[in-house]
Amino acid sequence: MELSLATHTVGEHTVLSVGGEVDVYTAPRLRERLLELIDGGAHRIVVDLGRVDFLDSTGLGVLVGALKRLRSIGGTFALVCDKEPLLKIFRITALDQVFPLHATVDAAVDADPTGAGA
Amino acid sequence: MATVRLSFSPAPVHVRTARLVGVAVARRAGVREDLLDEVRLAIGEACTRAVALHRQYGLPDPVLVEMSDGAAYAVRVVDRAPIEASIGLTALPPDELANESLTDEALTTGVGFALLAGFVEDLQVRPVDEGIGTEVRMVWPVGR
Repeated sequence: MELSLATHTVGEHTVLSVGGEVDVYTAPRLRERLLELIDGGAHRIVVDLGRVDFLDSTGLGVLVGALKRLRSIGGTFALVCDKEPLLKIFRITALDQVFPLHATVDAAVDADPTGAGA
Repeated sequence: MATVRLSFSPAPVHVRTARLVGVAVARRAGVREDLLDEVRLAIGEACTRAVALHRQYGLPDPVLVEMSDGAAYAVRVVDRAPIEASIGLTALPPDELANESLTDEALTTGVGFALLAGFVEDLQVRPVDEGIGTEVRMVWPVGR
């Protein structure tokens, strides 16, 4: 399944919903979209991986890149993921200790201490 | 024993094809359904690594994927990059993953290797028998 990207806002947060396969071929599109959002002023970003059915190291690299970029400008970055196969990928790579991971978008927004929820 | 060989130009767009073929052959070989996601991810990571090495060294040679079923399901992913490129394949500790000084390439390589090592119990990375290059060999049990 091809990559799909859709954006909406919840309170002060920008939610990027990602679907399909995030791999070495499609990850550059995810990177471009995240950079567009950040450069466009979105500094509280939640990436919803709920409809992602494949995620590889390149995709993880893009997500870490966005986290570092936002951290450097005082922003926040969180992921929404409740699928066990994807969660296992985060555990194996130890990236579960790097990203704030939440089961729902609402939980991710509520957990952000810097921004008011919806 | 049946063998399926796939060779592809070192371009990211073909990695998905290799994953799809690898999982189709695994299913036919009798690999358990609950392992197929791991097979898909591991073959993808091995091919992504090979494509990255070929592009890094400007090698137009194809990447080879060879799948064999027998007593187990074995997959070899062969690149033609200099051996020294394979050195440094190590998983990164968590405190280094988001380190500002870590390059995107180093991060992706480290994470990719962590995934390979984490998802494939029987994994070998070794020089090819003939010529230049490295072979990533992965084996999964079959349920027959």
